[in-house]
Amino acid sequence: MVLNQFLLLGAVLFSIGVYGVLARRNGVLVLMSIELILNAVNINLIAFGAHHGTVSGQVFALFVIAVAAAEVGVGLAIVLLLYRNRQNIDLDEVASMKG
Amino acid sequence: VILAADLDVAQNIFFGIIAAFSVFGALRVVTTTNVVHAALWLVLVLAGVGANFLLLGAEFVGITQVLVYIGATVVLFLFGVMLTRAPIGKDVVLTNSNWWVGVVVALPLLGVLTYVLLDEWGDDQLPRETVQRTAEVSDSIFSTYLIPFEAIGLLLTAALVGAIVLARKE
Repeated sequence: MVLNQFLLLGAVLFSIGVYGVLARRNGVLVLMSIELILNAVNINLIAFGAHHGTVSGQVFALFVIAVAAAEVGVGLAIVLLLYRNRQNIDLDEVASMKG
Repeated sequence: VILAADLDVAQNIFFGIIAAFSVFGALRVVTTTNVVHAALWLVLVLAGVGANFLLLGAEFVGITQVLVYIGATVVLFLFGVMLTRAPIGKDVVLTNSNWWVGVVVALPLLGVLTYVLLDEWGDDQLPRETVQRTAEVSDSIFSTYLIPFEAIGLLLTAALVGAIVLARKE
């Protein structure tokens, strides 16, 4: 297998995730797009780990998975709080701090 | 001279199928008009990424991917969708009016990444024996990366306490 096939798949998933973060207006969908980005990074970590023959890539991928779990927990709590205060989770309307 | 045995035909066919499913699923996640469907398409992407981990010989991370992401994170997302009573139906606009900004950013990003990767790594082959034993991974976590591991544990605790504090009613 070629190293680049995994890296390019990661690049495609990363770009799709970036599009999702910028284009979606629903808070939960933005968090899902962030998960896409993190997964793309994980593919790269594992692929480079296999390329160099070390386990460090896998260890860091596990760390990324753990941090992603924490991120989703806090992110969804924030979205929930947003919903409780505004009765919707439309990110376009969360502009009350705009000058 | 390229021998047929060097091409890893089975792995490459498998990779092609997984990659096609993952990319299609990811596109549906960012374009679908139904929030619950987006969560379910996300399952397809996460499973595809997990299968990629298995292809690369990272068994433990592949299994962790299924347990943590598909088992816990997606369920958490579905909870989020249900608790915020996100509009479930087709007639609600989930995408910004200026979604084209996303395209303008994402496509050049993809172009640059593709160019850099092809330029730097060309057609570097992965080594034939890439399976790495779980014991080696755990040895590495509990020796070289012990302090980051403890920090992750602390971070998870802090995040869970923070999430409870944020989400509980006054």
